[in-house]
Amino acid sequence: MHAFQYHRPTSTKDALSLASKKGEGRYLAGGQSLVQAMKLRLSSPSDLIDLGTIKELTGIKVSGSAVEIGAMTRHAEVAGSAEIKKAIPSLAAMAALIGDRQVRHMGTIGGSIANSDPAADYPAAVFALNGSITTDKRKIAAEQFFTGLYETALQPGELITSVSFQVPKRGAYMKFRNPASRFALVGVYVADFGSGNVRVGVTGAGARAFRQTEMEKALSAKFAPEAVANIKVKPDGLNNDLHASPEYRAHLITIMCKRAVEQALK
Amino acid sequence: MSTSLIGARVARKEDYRFLTGTGQYTDDVALAGQAHAAFVRSPHAHAVLKSVKTDKARKAPGVIAVYTGADLAAAKMGGLPCGWLITDVKGQPMKEPPYPPLAQGKVRHVGERVAVVIAETQAQARDAAELIDVDYQPLPAVVSAAKASKGPALHEIAPDNTCYVWAIGDKSVVDAAFAKAAHVTKLDFINNRLVPNAIEPRSANAIYSRADDSYTLYVASQNPHVERLLMTAFVLGLPESKVRVVAPDVGGGFGSKIYLYPEDVVVTWAAKQINRAVKWTSDRSEAFVSDAHGRDHTTVAELALDKDGKFLAMRVRTTANLGAYLSTFASCIPTILYATLLAGQYKTPAIHCEVTAVFTNTTPVDAYRGAGRPEATYVVERLVETAAREMKLDPVELRRRNFISEFPYQTPVALCYDAGNYEATLGAALKLADVAGFKDRREQSQRRGKLRGLGYACYIEACGIAPSNVAGALGARAGLFEAGEVRVHPTGTVTVFTGSHQHGQGHETTFAQVVADRLGLGMDQVEIVHGDTSKVLFGMGTYGSRSIAVGGTAIVKALDKVVAKGRKIAAHLLEASEADIEYDRGTFRVAGTDRKKTFGEVAFAAYVPHNYPLDKLEPGLNENAFYDPANFTFPAGSYVCEVEVDRETGAAQICAFTAVDDFGKIINPMIVEGQVHGGLAQGIGQALTENCAYDLSGQLVSGSFNDYCIPRATDLPLFKIDTRETPCTHNPLGVKGCGEAGAIGAPAAVMNAITDALGIKDVPMPATAQNLWRAMHPAS
Repeated sequence: MHAFQYHRPTSTKDALSLASKKGEGRYLAGGQSLVQAMKLRLSSPSDLIDLGTIKELTGIKVSGSAVEIGAMTRHAEVAGSAEIKKAIPSLAAMAALIGDRQVRHMGTIGGSIANSDPAADYPAAVFALNGSITTDKRKIAAEQFFTGLYETALQPGELITSVSFQVPKRGAYMKFRNPASRFALVGVYVADFGSGNVRVGVTGAGARAFRQTEMEKALSAKFAPEAVANIKVKPDGLNNDLHASPEYRAHLITIMCKRAVEQALK
Repeated sequence: MSTSLIGARVARKEDYRFLTGTGQYTDDVALAGQAHAAFVRSPHAHAVLKSVKTDKARKAPGVIAVYTGADLAAAKMGGLPCGWLITDVKGQPMKEPPYPPLAQGKVRHVGERVAVVIAETQAQARDAAELIDVDYQPLPAVVSAAKASKGPALHEIAPDNTCYVWAIGDKSVVDAAFAKAAHVTKLDFINNRLVPNAIEPRSANAIYSRADDSYTLYVASQNPHVERLLMTAFVLGLPESKVRVVAPDVGGGFGSKIYLYPEDVVVTWAAKQINRAVKWTSDRSEAFVSDAHGRDHTTVAELALDKDGKFLAMRVRTTANLGAYLSTFASCIPTILYATLLAGQYKTPAIHCEVTAVFTNTTPVDAYRGAGRPEATYVVERLVETAAREMKLDPVELRRRNFISEFPYQTPVALCYDAGNYEATLGAALKLADVAGFKDRREQSQRRGKLRGLGYACYIEACGIAPSNVAGALGARAGLFEAGEVRVHPTGTVTVFTGSHQHGQGHETTFAQVVADRLGLGMDQVEIVHGDTSKVLFGMGTYGSRSIAVGGTAIVKALDKVVAKGRKIAAHLLEASEADIEYDRGTFRVAGTDRKKTFGEVAFAAYVPHNYPLDKLEPGLNENAFYDPANFTFPAGSYVCEVEVDRETGAAQICAFTAVDDFGKIINPMIVEGQVHGGLAQGIGQALTENCAYDLSGQLVSGSFNDYCIPRATDLPLFKIDTRETPCTHNPLGVKGCGEAGAIGAPAAVMNAITDALGIKDVPMPATAQNLWRAMHPAS
């Protein structure tokens, strides 16, 4: 790890002010990706602005049709939240599948989303649950937020303050794990909002998370596993690595979607 | 004394310090004024080193010294030696290219050391290492064993990248048997390359003393005496008497810490250059590219059978990937420890095996838990199971028809098995695994949309390579005995020094049980010391499941000498004839009387010899012994694996795994169970999850735990294990060794189960979900 300056602001305002002065600085959320990259000397920020003590960035608010989660809320808090378990049980269940116990107690929803890791779990939820990302400047819809591999619409210094999800009638997330890293080789989040409004978010398969519109259409017509079981996803553009070819990932999208629907109907 | 300590589940003495964080690993050793080393490693698999510019690094904060291959060449430092000379089929010695500790002229694998920076702190050393400007001219690389002979040459001495072509067995007899066979089963596969991944990374910390021109090296090693011998005699040209090597607590080795590594040599040499202690500890990323890897065989294997399923002959051709350089014992693994095991548990009358060992632009390959024997078992047991399926015979019945049942048994591939009872472990395994109920379980799985399969593996292992003269005739450049010393203190407590080394095995407990049992002492009266060349008189270390069979026997021999001398002392004290003195569990007694002296009284007399036969006997009670075994030991066992495969995703889950092993006499069943569990986990890892993968340019694609998957507890079932005891006939304890068995037998059992589930002939290891999905959907 290269040397860096460490800062611990106690308010969003102070964090933003630091970021504006430290051009080569980075926000530190849960540190589950950034710190690893720094230890490998792949990332060498001049300054780390630790968001861990900013109270206004944490917390869970459920109001009617929406759940709003503060950016610095840890995965374990989402997984264990009685309010989320009641409003969107599939979201709590998804958070419980992230990484391992240690990761879930450090990693945060804002950090995960800001990183736009192609295999992270939360982005699938953001797409499926019609999520939006609130920053110090604006509110960004999922479609506009995730722009590519580790790329988002965030501008330099822009800070995610919370993430909002629409409460579905039912939903489920199915994850096929990379056996080594436990990230999603393919993860599919299905959410049924009723009245033929179904959204399907896919992670792990492409350069960034995305919606699977063909499956959304089929499930909007009939929310049942057989509606998607025979959909053949095209492998073009899907990720290719040691663990899975584009063809295998395409196949897994169908299987995981089918299983997510089965789970949602339970 | 009460009941015997042999066979007792004694809690491990060493666990107190491990569990309370007071273990002392090499990285815990802080020497006064120690500096820190960081190695610059090649990012290329194959490249010419055009220049290595160190000026900027030398001026960086905290830097004390920078050395490159040129500096070591100027100091006339030797290359790392190989400990086993293989003579090829034409009677020529194997090709032994130079293995300089820091690269000279060329780099030949990703992770090869190019330079070292020594600085006040580890961070400064690493920062400065980034300032070294290396001009590489990349060359084409070759990574796979199959393509090595046609790839770019790594070493001048081996233009076709071939280290040797070696063979065993009578080819004409084998070919003739194949010609008249009723059935031939043929398999063509790769035994996948593995990364050992001991939990403690390698570490070395060396200090030099100007006062007496001596060195002390603390190092995470499985065999400190061998490390010292190789380093002083072959690389640094120092008298052994001037070098002390200490391998303190070591956190796992699995073979990877047997070898002399360049880092150990460089820090030891550098300690004198800068007259400061020099410390280096590998990080996990370095470990992936610099710890010797395991396996990596490409094999074509055939089994010839008559119409009744009787084995007629076996024919095997293997290309073994040795990596870029010859690691310490690399050459003997795919030959002496592989091809000689191809008889397995069967009376195959004729076996021929040809092994081509090749250099590639990959990390050197050497022994890894099982070392050659897992590869041999995989060949034999995959062939046998496949033959049974092809001939529509019950795989159990086919094995029974061919089991060796009379001992000693001379195989056609050099080994002579002293004892075994293969039916005993197989019969027990069938019951414990409830093979009879498999059909029902398979139907239940089917109803849940899962494919269930059952597979067997009946393995044999050869532990404790021996005797030294035979090994020497086969090319070993070291002895394969073990040494032990028993120092009885005046108060009757005992310190035992062993040349075996523990790095997870629990010797401090097992060996203490042997000593306490034999002398009739309490466990707390016995201390086991190992891992320090200045304390232990000599040692060959721990690998190949040899510790109890060879190291334990050396201790027993020394104990027998202690008792023999004790009898003489007791005879004097009791005014009896030595011939009348009996020793039983802590008491010397005049036979048939109640006249006796305790072990403690005799020990005291030996050190306070006021009433002592000084004219006939030296004072003191301290004996040592060297033991060179007459033969290998031959543990064997039967494993049964049941898997379920998800039809839709290809994911395999092991539902049940049964292991019945015959390790001969068992000293501590709890420790043995732990060894079996660990071995099975690693064997299952090889079969299902572990894949050391290089891309075509020689980059290690699976260079971290993000991509290299060692199994987690949740990937494994609750093992069903049991043992049978057929004692070894040629050591006094009747022991055989148990450290590697699980890793030897498990891969074949798992893959036999998976191929059964899928109804296919073969699928590559590791059987990842994608590999199984592809096997089920050949078109994709």
